[in-house]
Amino acid sequence: MSELTNLGVKDIRDGVARGDFTAREVAESFNAAVEEASALNAFIVTTPDHALAAADRVDADRATGKDLGVMAGVPIGMKDLFCTHGVQTTAASRILEGFEPQYESTVSSNLWVAGAGMLGKLNMDQFAMGSSNETSHSGNVVSPWRRNDGGNTPMSPGGSSGGSSAVVAGRIAPAATGTDTGGSIRQPAAFAGIVGVKPTYGRCSRWGIVAFASSLDQAGPMARSVEDCAVMLGAMAGFDPKDSTSLDMPVPDWAGGLDANLAGKKVGIPREYVMEGTDQAILDSWERGKEWLRDAGAEIVDISLPHTKYALPAYYIVAPAEASSNLARYDGVRYGLRDLPDGAGLQDMYAQTRETGFGDEVKRRVLIGTYVLSAGFYDAYYNQAQKVRALVARDFEQAWAECDLILAPTTPTASFPLGDKSDDPLAMYLNDVFAVPASLAGLPAMSVPAMLNGDGLPLGLQLVGKPFDEQGVLNAGLAIEQRAGFEAQPEKWW
Amino acid sequence: MSRYTIHGATGEWEVVIGLEVHAQVTSNAKLFSGASTEFGAEPNTQVSLVDAAMPGMLPVPNRECIRQAVRTGMAIEARINKWSRFDRKNYFYADLPQGYQISQLYHPLVGEGQVLLEKDEKAGIPEDKVIGIERIHVEQDAGKLMHDQHPTMSYVDLNRCGVALMEIVSKADMRSPAEAGAYVRKLRSILRYVGSCDGNMEQGSMRADVNVSVRRPGEGLGTRTETKNVNSVRFVMAVIEGEARRQVDLIEDGGTVVQETRLYDPDRNETRSMRSKEDAHDYRYFPDPDLLPLELEDDFLEECRASLPELPDAKRKRYIEELGLSEYNASVLTAEVETFARFEMLLAETARQLDKAEPKVATQVANWLMSVAPGVIKGLGDDVDLGHNTAEAQAVILQMQGAGEVSGGQAKEIYEIVLKTGRDPGEIADTEGLKQQSDTGAIETAIDGVLAANADKVEEYKGGKDKLFGFFVGQTMKAMQGKANPQVVNQILKTKLS
Repeated sequence: MSELTNLGVKDIRDGVARGDFTAREVAESFNAAVEEASALNAFIVTTPDHALAAADRVDADRATGKDLGVMAGVPIGMKDLFCTHGVQTTAASRILEGFEPQYESTVSSNLWVAGAGMLGKLNMDQFAMGSSNETSHSGNVVSPWRRNDGGNTPMSPGGSSGGSSAVVAGRIAPAATGTDTGGSIRQPAAFAGIVGVKPTYGRCSRWGIVAFASSLDQAGPMARSVEDCAVMLGAMAGFDPKDSTSLDMPVPDWAGGLDANLAGKKVGIPREYVMEGTDQAILDSWERGKEWLRDAGAEIVDISLPHTKYALPAYYIVAPAEASSNLARYDGVRYGLRDLPDGAGLQDMYAQTRETGFGDEVKRRVLIGTYVLSAGFYDAYYNQAQKVRALVARDFEQAWAECDLILAPTTPTASFPLGDKSDDPLAMYLNDVFAVPASLAGLPAMSVPAMLNGDGLPLGLQLVGKPFDEQGVLNAGLAIEQRAGFEAQPEKWW
Repeated sequence: MSRYTIHGATGEWEVVIGLEVHAQVTSNAKLFSGASTEFGAEPNTQVSLVDAAMPGMLPVPNRECIRQAVRTGMAIEARINKWSRFDRKNYFYADLPQGYQISQLYHPLVGEGQVLLEKDEKAGIPEDKVIGIERIHVEQDAGKLMHDQHPTMSYVDLNRCGVALMEIVSKADMRSPAEAGAYVRKLRSILRYVGSCDGNMEQGSMRADVNVSVRRPGEGLGTRTETKNVNSVRFVMAVIEGEARRQVDLIEDGGTVVQETRLYDPDRNETRSMRSKEDAHDYRYFPDPDLLPLELEDDFLEECRASLPELPDAKRKRYIEELGLSEYNASVLTAEVETFARFEMLLAETARQLDKAEPKVATQVANWLMSVAPGVIKGLGDDVDLGHNTAEAQAVILQMQGAGEVSGGQAKEIYEIVLKTGRDPGEIADTEGLKQQSDTGAIETAIDGVLAANADKVEEYKGGKDKLFGFFVGQTMKAMQGKANPQVVNQILKTKLS
């Protein structure tokens, strides 16, 4: 049955529906793959029973002729940022160790209703803060990919959705959920040679997702094909009255609407994205991307996004500011870790709990955020960053007068060895330089695999679309996917 | 006009007062969650996942709370901001699960408005005065800590956590404890008319932060202190008196007032320092990214306005101008929702029974409600069953009195019996002999007897001693055992004596 783990979302669903195999057989195959993959450290907890129970329900429904959901029989990985009923949810932080929510996030709930099951909770950067999956309290996730130098240097799966990218690339799960605040779906997807979609801000409900930066956080699918992502995004998205920022719009049939013919479409190439420090291979992949899109019928146009260089600094003010406030609730009073030294008072309990419970990167961002919101600094930092954010968004609005989509690299480099940048936060932050502008503007964006670099590591191309135009983004992604013919997959070493 | 001043050792001082009143919004659910707001439930039984700030929980504004705040703003003639926004006020405390309070700093829901204090010399308001309102914003209440449940730990009750408050910020327009007291009473009255807050200060539904500073008359503002969470009109006034005196003494002794937050201790009637400006929290306010700006549509605003009842100032004006009540009566009757409701119900019922227009009976009804009825009730003490005190029964009494069937004294007697027994007033008048005689024949007979027996006095009267008319009336009433209709007696007497 091991070939079942090579199947993606749509093939599993259709195979189950046709009766080629049962959902239980699928779940058992992936449960076995999960069990074998402990060397990747991609899961914080595994939930084989959840996957089996969901599979059994699908098999029973099929047996009685009931309608099956769009994810029926597909076991997936769930990023540990999503609260899952009765299943420990930690955001990869010690401060939430042992926390079992008595509620289910809207997005995960939507997926279960669509017939998916859960293989386990995926490791990630702590509170989604990181770009290499090295800030988790549960340890680093190791990428299934290795360089083609014959060595065994452990590589980064990207972050913060590093567990998600690792399991999908390693055929340990056909798909996984991710969340993207400043590139946390797209960057790990690029590092792992898979597809990752960040929809328009508000498409997926944030209810039940541990908050990092509320105005930026957005859930999305990670899978090995554009079509699988389209199917899964359709299951995840939808208006949720419990989230005030949720989009009250119908969810289009993205999978049904896929069309790789881009005739009449204009694709913008932002000149400011040509940056120093970008790998030549990345620039090469970008050139190929243009050719592929041209081949699909699109016209390639030069555009300008003049405030691009200010986006990353603005992001590293806005996101930590929101995080510093969002993370105030982890105080040792009601749930999770409580570190109460003998004879300590309330303030000591706060200090000790947060000292023990938060990792270094989380503390760094809470401190940055607290600083930029402080009296006397608010205008110079937070307010200024908000103005920059508005300018970045305006750049895109003006660009839409000239193009329908934007093509850019997802990252300035391919995956790097674990530990390479962990002592240099700025170098790490630069990894998201191409991803952050679309986050600040709330735009739909995706990463789709393009090619391998000289080290045999995947490179991704990023597509950014107009608000609510996930379809346009997915269609262009499909056009690239069809032409790139990216078939590479990591050799199993675990 | 007597201006309120503090007499210091070195001269007169003026007091400058501004109030921030926190009023709990009347609504079934909390500001951002569906949990109940009912007072007095078992601890932590009215707490939603949002209120407890569980991971991933999000606030969703409760439309009814916004509506109540908008209606309140309209009731104080304030500008309603069609675009407002919620901000987070960040600080750590165990009664604040989120680690921040959702409030409105930068863009409040309601802008400038005003509250009128009517002239009331007895209450220390020598002339009408308008108190400016700076703003009203909407925010979450915190939970409650209980320190007496465990020897070394504090317990937290989150029932109140997340309940909607309106913070009504006045301008520093008040100059005496009396004005501040009148302002709080007036505000409370408006809130209760509107139905946006029950005004129950004992249960904490309304509490005030009192800002006080002193200055030499005509000089610039002094440094203010803020005394937090004062929960009665009396305490507000006491805080101002005490705090103004403390500041004057301090300055005259060569000290300086420091800007600080103070707490009031009602048992000792004094305030004490809670924290100075230097220790003040840096609340790191910023727009709440979980919430979109609040944008109000015209339809919503129109509905809010249409739902407003007649408000105290308008009602008072109408009572004076249309019902012909005295200013004093109108003020008293319109001060409280219960009072005007009782008045208007009795007025309508009485007018209906007498088949007269309301203005014709308004003064009679007002006098009854304000002096006659309370006097009777007070006199009866514990014998009263207020369940019998219905508008219908009182209207029947007023109708009988208005039609001349019973005298004022008889009306009181009937009312006493009604309050004790609940019997029907008409039946009481009949069976207890509490009706006055309007039969002209009987009265004429009695008058003839009185005049015959006092022929000398009749002569004196006719000779110009007008005062004797009262004597004849008294004698006639006596002869009729007090049951004659005095108007009829007067009329017949006049005819016979002319």
